[in-house]
Amino acid sequence: MSELLELATRVAGWARDGEQVEAFVASGRDTDIDVFGGEVESLSSAESAGIGIRVVSGSRQGFAYAGSLDPEVVAETLGEARDNAGFASPDEWVGLATPDGVAPAGLDLWRDDLVSYPTGEKVARAIELEAMVRAADPRIRQVQSAGWGDSAFETAVASSTGMSASGRRTVCSVSTYVAAGDGDQTQTGYGWSVGRSPSEVDVAGAAADAVGRATRLLGATKPSSRHLTVVLEPLVTASLLAIVAGTLDGDAVAKGRSLFADRLGEPVASEVLTLVDDPTDPEAFGAAVYDAEGLATRRNVLVGAGVLRQFVYDTYSARRAGTSSTGSAVRAGYKSGPHAGTRALAPVPGPLSREELYAAVGDGLLVQSVSGLHSGVNPVSGDFSVGAEGLLIKGGVPCEPVREVNIASTLQRMLLGIVHVGADLERLPAMAAGVSLAIADVSMSGR
Amino acid sequence: MIEVDVIERVLGAALRTGGDFAEVFAEDRRGTAASLEDGRVEQLASGRERGAGIRVVSGETTGFAHTADLSETGLLAAAAAAAAAAHRGGGGVREVALGASPARSGGVAVLPETVAKDVKVALLRRADEAARAAGSAIRQVSATYGDNRRRILVANSDGVLATDDQVRTRFGVSCVAEGDTGLQTGRETIGATVGFELFDTHDVEDIARRAATRAVAKLAARPAPSGTLPVVIEQGSGGILFHEACGHGLEADHILKDLSVFAHRVGEQVASPLVTLVDDATMGREWGAFAVDDEGHPGARNVLIDHGVLTDYMWDLLRARKEGRESSGNGRRETYQHLPMVRMTNTFLVGGTDDPEEIVRQTAHGVFVAQLGGGQVNTATGDFTFGATEAYLIEDGQITEPLRDTNLIGNGPEILRLIDAVGDDFAMGSPGTCGKQGQGVPVGTGQPTLRVSALTVGGTAR
Repeated sequence: MSELLELATRVAGWARDGEQVEAFVASGRDTDIDVFGGEVESLSSAESAGIGIRVVSGSRQGFAYAGSLDPEVVAETLGEARDNAGFASPDEWVGLATPDGVAPAGLDLWRDDLVSYPTGEKVARAIELEAMVRAADPRIRQVQSAGWGDSAFETAVASSTGMSASGRRTVCSVSTYVAAGDGDQTQTGYGWSVGRSPSEVDVAGAAADAVGRATRLLGATKPSSRHLTVVLEPLVTASLLAIVAGTLDGDAVAKGRSLFADRLGEPVASEVLTLVDDPTDPEAFGAAVYDAEGLATRRNVLVGAGVLRQFVYDTYSARRAGTSSTGSAVRAGYKSGPHAGTRALAPVPGPLSREELYAAVGDGLLVQSVSGLHSGVNPVSGDFSVGAEGLLIKGGVPCEPVREVNIASTLQRMLLGIVHVGADLERLPAMAAGVSLAIADVSMSGR
Repeated sequence: MIEVDVIERVLGAALRTGGDFAEVFAEDRRGTAASLEDGRVEQLASGRERGAGIRVVSGETTGFAHTADLSETGLLAAAAAAAAAAHRGGGGVREVALGASPARSGGVAVLPETVAKDVKVALLRRADEAARAAGSAIRQVSATYGDNRRRILVANSDGVLATDDQVRTRFGVSCVAEGDTGLQTGRETIGATVGFELFDTHDVEDIARRAATRAVAKLAARPAPSGTLPVVIEQGSGGILFHEACGHGLEADHILKDLSVFAHRVGEQVASPLVTLVDDATMGREWGAFAVDDEGHPGARNVLIDHGVLTDYMWDLLRARKEGRESSGNGRRETYQHLPMVRMTNTFLVGGTDDPEEIVRQTAHGVFVAQLGGGQVNTATGDFTFGATEAYLIEDGQITEPLRDTNLIGNGPEILRLIDAVGDDFAMGSPGTCGKQGQGVPVGTGQPTLRVSALTVGGTAR
């Protein structure tokens, strides 16, 4: 048993009669390196650890956390969670997870070669990235950021209701954000590459992506307002689908915050869309063997050929809905309790390559990045309105850069308006994957 | 938190590999959060974090390490890690002597930790009842209470020793209303750099009613227009416009890398003469206020744009050292686990002379914004966006129909020139969290009623 799981088990063992106790323990080592002008601008490297404790007593739940695994602090944190439980409203559905017999996927998400990778090598990869960007095109004016980041972390969860699970993962990445210029105009672009092991990180690819994205926007103008087909690049698709997934979690449904609450079994999207959350897929960076309550993760099909198939549940939201957990408890580290959510959301790729998809669209707007997603999308009403930059597609070819435009619709209409799903699945570090996605009849505001 | 002689030894150790500058930032943070949804107090959560971040600067390189272990052994280990990260050869011994610590005058009347938990929870129940009473269309109410006490100690090899004790309290309500057109949302949040006395001057029922009314009103909303229009922003609702349109672009880290549209423009007319923009950490109870920034520099009031002329940027210690000047007190970090960088505090547009009602009357066709959500900016291009969560159409100088949520976009330098009316009704707005490079810090914004003669409104109306 790992040290973390031992600690979690010990805390769970302190449960009193009539009380349930769950301890979630996390510990990690992170390195972050930023370079500028061929030198290290900052290098930070640190270990951190913490614990989050849930206590359920008399149908009431309390939570407390601490950024320390010191025995005295842990004991104090349990006391605090216990005290907090006394102030919650009684809720018949509150309760910790219990073993459900689902077998855990056999995944190895840890790579020793990242743990032993020398800091000097990490610095060299970051410096190489910056140099490649600067050398790639004379129009590159500045490298806003270029860096390396990695994390090796372990989590464990144990409860007095019989849960006991632990897992560990490594992840590393390079990323860069660059500015290109031509005359008075400046445009920016990003590029990244992510892997579990340093050998999977593609520095040249990240540099080329960032340079390509920034330079192809040079000369951008503000187009006139109209309705048209938009093609979202994979990263943008992933952001959109993550918002959609947020409306498909059991919490949102139970609390009347989901615009799809009554739509199970009905078509909610174009039949070309199948949306899956599969943390058991080892290729997904959000892959995990266990969920945040210690249940085995599983493959959940949220939307199948446009039909709403299921919601994702943690233990609490499942009990409220009269069903069982889908192994979809997530948490934002030890500082918060679990809630229902997705970890490895991905659309099932379609038949068209990127070029074929552009050709099939004919005329439209290729969106390479959006801004204001957190403020411009209302996941309850479905209103969607965000800033965008990209290129107008004419005759099947992205050719004319545009800036300062806004695209708007509603989530409901966008899902139904999907006309093509690309074959170009891209794995993203942010627990999701994307493809090129063509959506008809979106409003573009410009001049 | 840590004895002065221990800090002096730790700073000495941090400089052993030849660093030019070393700093210890220690933090002890406690907080309580309570949430109500669906008529139930779901959970009361409390947390505690304590630790120190140690920074060593050597030439252009910063090494950083942090630890949750505040013993001398723990701090020395972190100092050694930070020094190794910044290592440039050289070395030697440097003695560090710290000055006297200026004490933070306590401005907090009622420390939240002295308030019983059931009193905090009762606020949530009152808000829930008030919101539900505001209309039969209200389907869901969620209310959140949060308090946070952050004690910091900063010491560096220049001899600075400073402490601060920052207490913040906030309360928010969001409502979902249901009608023939589907679901709509309304939200209202208050917060201040004070303790529980926040509720002496703010009524939670009132906050709840405002959130509920907003949601219900939007049920009758029509799609926002699409295209470029004059936009009037109500007092205290849209300071985020300046935060995004030019605030971020005036942060010295972007300036020194030449990644801001405002670089090399000090002394130039960058905005309409009606624009005087200030960033002020010393604004009493405001959400972004503090006595000492996270690098030990006293909070300050800085005029950034004076009647349209760019006067200065915002600076942290590192960027200021490079330019051989003093920090402007804008060095902030989310926690001891983060490196500080240039951040805004309370950023606001100073009031003008126009009658706010007259500004609307003189707008033939446009949009009136009564609440803005968050925003985002690309400092290199100046393009920014922000969301309008309560807005109305202006027709023939009258505020008419409510509009569905929409996004507004523009370009910072262009918009600053297009401000053609500034009201005399200055007010600060809701508390916000500004995110930059993955770090969130509390910020305030404010402005009087104003008009931008042309902003792109991202609606769907045909």
